[in-house]
Amino acid sequence: MSTLLRMIPSVLMIVSPILITAIGGMICEKSGVVNIALEGLMGLGACAAASAHVLMEATGMGTPSVWLALAIGAGVGLVFSIIHAVAAINFNADQTISGTGINLLADGVTIFVAQILFSADRTREFRMGMQTDKLGIYPTAYIALVVVILAWFVLYKLPFGMHLRACGEHPQAADSVGINVRKIRYIAVLTSGLLAGLAGGCIVLTQTIQYTSNTINGRGFIALAAVSFGRWRPVGVTFAAFLFGTAQAFSIIAVNFPALKALPTEVFNILPYVITLIALVLFSGKNFAPRANGQPFIKGAS
Amino acid sequence: MKTLKKKESFASRLLSSDGAVSILVVIMGFLVGTVLVALVGRNPLNMYKAILQSLTGYNIDNGKMNVRYIGETLNYTVPFVLCGLSMAFAARAGLFNIGGEGQYIVGLTVAQVIALLGPQVKGLHWILAILGAIIIGALWGGVVGLLKAKFEVSEVVSTIMLNYVALYLSRIVCLQLPGATTYKTANYPETALLNNALFQKLTNNSMLNNGFFLMVISLIVYWFIMEKTNLGFGLRATGFNKEAARCSGIPVVKSISISMAIAGAFAGLAGGIVALGSFRYGRVLAGMDNYGFNGIAVALVGNNTAIGTMLAGFLFGMLKNAQALMQGKQIPKEITFIIQGLIVVFIALRSAIALYLDWLNKRQLQKEVISK
Repeated sequence: MSTLLRMIPSVLMIVSPILITAIGGMICEKSGVVNIALEGLMGLGACAAASAHVLMEATGMGTPSVWLALAIGAGVGLVFSIIHAVAAINFNADQTISGTGINLLADGVTIFVAQILFSADRTREFRMGMQTDKLGIYPTAYIALVVVILAWFVLYKLPFGMHLRACGEHPQAADSVGINVRKIRYIAVLTSGLLAGLAGGCIVLTQTIQYTSNTINGRGFIALAAVSFGRWRPVGVTFAAFLFGTAQAFSIIAVNFPALKALPTEVFNILPYVITLIALVLFSGKNFAPRANGQPFIKGAS
Repeated sequence: MKTLKKKESFASRLLSSDGAVSILVVIMGFLVGTVLVALVGRNPLNMYKAILQSLTGYNIDNGKMNVRYIGETLNYTVPFVLCGLSMAFAARAGLFNIGGEGQYIVGLTVAQVIALLGPQVKGLHWILAILGAIIIGALWGGVVGLLKAKFEVSEVVSTIMLNYVALYLSRIVCLQLPGATTYKTANYPETALLNNALFQKLTNNSMLNNGFFLMVISLIVYWFIMEKTNLGFGLRATGFNKEAARCSGIPVVKSISISMAIAGAFAGLAGGIVALGSFRYGRVLAGMDNYGFNGIAVALVGNNTAIGTMLAGFLFGMLKNAQALMQGKQIPKEITFIIQGLIVVFIALRSAIALYLDWLNKRQLQKEVISK
């Protein structure tokens, strides 16, 4: 039991960024835009945060550097998500293609920047990452909590949230009552970019000491899985992120459990993906996704 | 007035040609990449020198010629083309196969397993390994088709999930192979290798191998199925309009499953060829090779045609081979990834062209109405 208790901080550390990204992805899909670029946006945010932190740490600015780096990571995620917003919202582009494009672009841009700044295929190591509090919990867990509550409140308690959900269900109807569908979708896509970038920063500042091409390693896609496994609801997505994050955590800490030692750690890595697949099959027929998810909104067309 | 009209129609004709737009998109990708290299203070000329060398084997700096580079470029082309065919085949049936990567990985894994554990009979061993790669790729892709057709599971989500399942399964399997360390297995027996003595002689010992023939055959098979068979017709009809296809008696469920299976077979073959052709030992993958993901770009640039995919695959092979050369010339090799990513982003943005043409038409119509 005490082993389980001692696991909680590391589980939270792994769950938080996945949860933050998944909430962003959920908001984006609620507005009717699919964002498979989450993976790439996380990478861009992580790389930006790591680079910024290394450079600012060298100037001796201390703790504020971590927070500034986190903000920079979020900002970079937001900036790159503009590409997706323009393609999906203004140009009615295929959202899967533009998402794939950003993912490919992120692979290049992140390491390219590292090559230019640090002459290596990774960012230089920083000395001090984010610090835990008295309970051994990283602040990222509280950030994730705030993000979830805020998202729930805005989506379900404010008129804006209702408008946003309407854009994802029936944009034409939303348009007919004077809701600016494009503006709302823009806000949703940029929010998902911001949160993915923020989550990337959280990963790099809590779990490692530098950004490499393996830092994100599919977490953006796990977040995407959490969105559909969580049925596009804040509570469901939170539950899914916890489930998947715990599975991830187990791949690292399974060695503490004699019963699990015999299993290859990869088994835990596979779990989120397999669970999502099974869930999708089991819930088939009942479609929980926003109805206009992934469809471009063409004004005037019915 | 008349000349103006002609000019417009030229622009719109250029923009409605898929091939021309693809070329435009590639040029734009390179253009932005070049600007980026210049912005960070490196000489873009070096990038093009590296590309020229990987394309022709000619080193412009010392005037030396080495045909090995041509062989390597062709060798890199093979998996790009095959993964491109994988994406293209599914796309023709209206499916988006992001799972090329996973299908590639299972193909690679099975080829490695058969290469290390299969019967060491000359002439049979590698064929068995390649066949295994094709079959497992087809199964891995076919499952997606089945899920889509029977359970309405979006192929985008299921292929993404299966990519990572493939990666970690591959690690579990390969770690059990003979002589496995954390990153490689024992060397293959001679009989499993795809190398081709003639190619090696012609291209100064490059890695170019029999996989090249398999790629050519695949291209022909792709073209033949798509353009000349009932199956291909049914697939294309399904891709154009699923409901119309269903109404005219085309078995849509079967079409979707078969097209994903064949798509998977192409990617699986790519994995098999890379495993046996480019390496002499099995690899325990730590990450993805990204051939599958880049196959998406290849098919998009090639407009899902056999010829287009071949040319686009060659372009990507050339870039891949130029990476090491660029790195030697102080150009970060990741610029090639950036260019590839930009190309896909620009392809996504090409839907703007349709909007533009629409607007152009409307304006012209307006003018005609007013002048009357």
